[in-house]
Amino acid sequence: MNNHSAQPIERVSIIVSRGSLEGVYPGLIMANGARMEGIEASLFFTFFGLDAIINKRMHSLKVATVGNPAMHMPTLLGALPGMSSFATSMMKKEMEKLDIPPVGEFLTMIHDAGGEIYACKASVDMFHLKTDDFCPELDGVISVGQFYEKAAGAQIIFT
Amino acid sequence: METMTLGGKTLALDADGNLANRNDWNEDVAREIAAYEGIAELTQPHWAVINFMRKVFEKEGDSPSIRRLTKESGVDTKTLYQLFPKGPAKKAARIAGLPKPKGCI
Repeated sequence: MNNHSAQPIERVSIIVSRGSLEGVYPGLIMANGARMEGIEASLFFTFFGLDAIINKRMHSLKVATVGNPAMHMPTLLGALPGMSSFATSMMKKEMEKLDIPPVGEFLTMIHDAGGEIYACKASVDMFHLKTDDFCPELDGVISVGQFYEKAAGAQIIFT
Repeated sequence: METMTLGGKTLALDADGNLANRNDWNEDVAREIAAYEGIAELTQPHWAVINFMRKVFEKEGDSPSIRRLTKESGVDTKTLYQLFPKGPAKKAARIAGLPKPKGCI
């Protein structure tokens, strides 16, 4: 019923390349948000972004307190032991208030919503990972070529 | 302002195409909006979602997040997307006679 003249977005392919908490969540939120709007969504995890779908790692993603000017924290302070964990637990509390789920639950939610979840083959080989290392929601380990095939007609978003 | 004619009555819509006045809503209106959205029949689980959304909106002034919806309405995520195929947040709110949800989750 909207009168927008522009073509509405029908598909998105979101690449998650970073493994920090703030590197992973935007991609998850955008994928879930797409599904909520009836937009097809797939997630492609590459390099350190793979941490988000590795069973043993997904629960311990951390906020970067060093090399992150937007934390407004002196570098040396950010480097103190426990600082990253502290910032992470603060941020997780705030996210819970907004009903943003933990990574594992979020992946299940996106997958149940029809979102597809892929791991980058080159990264999986580089880190010597096996299928067992990944969450059950993983739809496959695919090459860049396959990623582009699957992304046909989609907007590609790199995070 | 856009309008929609349902059962001989002309109802005002907001910018998103949802009912502008919540008082215009009743179960028959819900059925007609659903049909317009391609949902031929509102089944019991549809009503569970619609009623839960209306209850939360009444109390809190916004529709619940999908996460809360699935945790508290008894309808799981997969079912929710089957019930409202083209985006549960948007569609369910529209059929429930509520504005488009403000939240991102």
